[in-house]
Amino acid sequence: MTTVTEVERKEEVRKMMGQRVLGLRGDDAVAYAARQANVDVISAYPITPQTIMVEELSRFVANGWIKAKYINMESEHSAMSGCIGAALVGARTFTATASQGLAYMHEALYAASGLRCPTVMAVACRALSAPLNIHGDHSDVFGSRDSGWMQVFCENAQEAYDMTLAAFKLAEDEKVLTPIMVNLDGFITSHSLERVNILPDEVVNQYLPPRNAKLKLDPDKPVTFGAMALPDYYFEFKRQQEGAMAEAYRLMPKLWRDFAVISGRRYSNVRPYRLNDAEVAIVSMGSTSGTARYAVDELRSRKIKAGALNVRLFKPWPGPEILKALMNCKAVAVLDKAMSFGAPGTALFEDVATSLYGLPKGPTLVNYVYGLGGRDVTIAEIAKAAEDSLKLARQRKKIVPTRYMGVRD
Amino acid sequence: MSQRKKLSWKEATIAGAITTPKSSMDYKTGLWRNQTPEIDYSRCTKCLICWINCPEPTITRLVCNPERAVEIDQEYCKGCGICANVCPVKCITMRAG
Repeated sequence: MTTVTEVERKEEVRKMMGQRVLGLRGDDAVAYAARQANVDVISAYPITPQTIMVEELSRFVANGWIKAKYINMESEHSAMSGCIGAALVGARTFTATASQGLAYMHEALYAASGLRCPTVMAVACRALSAPLNIHGDHSDVFGSRDSGWMQVFCENAQEAYDMTLAAFKLAEDEKVLTPIMVNLDGFITSHSLERVNILPDEVVNQYLPPRNAKLKLDPDKPVTFGAMALPDYYFEFKRQQEGAMAEAYRLMPKLWRDFAVISGRRYSNVRPYRLNDAEVAIVSMGSTSGTARYAVDELRSRKIKAGALNVRLFKPWPGPEILKALMNCKAVAVLDKAMSFGAPGTALFEDVATSLYGLPKGPTLVNYVYGLGGRDVTIAEIAKAAEDSLKLARQRKKIVPTRYMGVRD
Repeated sequence: MSQRKKLSWKEATIAGAITTPKSSMDYKTGLWRNQTPEIDYSRCTKCLICWINCPEPTITRLVCNPERAVEIDQEYCKGCGICANVCPVKCITMRAG
């Protein structure tokens, strides 16, 4: 009797579902997904390391492979504004940016979420100036943490492709109507050529039928969007946005289920790895999660009970799942690829700490900052962080100052 | 503030979208006022400078009225006092309240 390996099983599923394999960079994969989603309007401005996406999309439009209006904007602020206008007339909109571009967009981000525009934006996460740096870290997207956008983090090109498709489904749900950022790590994911399973166009067309907005700008049925709301109403509209976030979180299991039906790939808000009996957990987002799993294997080979947790859904925050995954650990090392200057911890760490706060005997939490400006992080470094965290737990330390992985002391 | 019933976040239209026309008229901005302009029509020269300068504009020109050239719409006047300031004969006074 022959045993079927995981790889063989996946290959079987792929063939059964009529999926092709293409060699794509993360950016290509996102652009390919946006094409298959039949976006109506692309309003964008190029910036490294996202440029491949807008280059590819403009090629698709020029070649007539997609019936979209491509608007070459003069800045990211205008790019987002273009998406807002198009989304309000009921169009399916897509844009992409990174780093300084996202920062320049900042004001319009709040308008997009406040006006409930279900725009999908891919962000090839990159460090912020100064000093100028084009490589990957999460400083840019964490800066937009409270802008009312949903955020998912992709580990590889396949996830970038899948998440982009699912993002349209989620954002455009009438109960959600909230914009979403699909974050992929600059260069590490955006520029690495990977094997990507591509769904047939017809399957995507069925999964994402043309958008049918109930409330939109329509000359036959006039509506005002963007009017002023004074102290007597503004608060209610902000509360509505939080209601939409809760609704989105409620919809997530169905979203992943529906996506598994068309693709054979099952996702979840968080991805636990060897966590069942783990004493120490490594929490991370984006491409580092793969490295973290190698570190876990390495630690396990030395009889250290380690596990990893990849947080895919960052906003809305999957609190209950984080709690369930980490509650029995002795130590948790939270890896963040950005600074929160002057704060008690970085963005991911603070959220994890909040989720675990209620536990009477919660794990020791250690905040690690790593890989700023695209600095490599190694398996050995992550394994050491996990070991150190476990050591701190054994010393019954509850709170330790933020640690910096890979910086020269 | 609007005279209509204040809606809860669940009842209000999403994104602050306005689906009924002229709803801004429900905002009686006169309630913001802490000074009220009063015109002494016996001294008014009908020059219309206040009418031109009212930023809202809540000073209405009365074309067919031989006695009064203008009228102040107290429902919407915010009491900024610009009319009293620009009046060349100082016939508009700002009363407290």
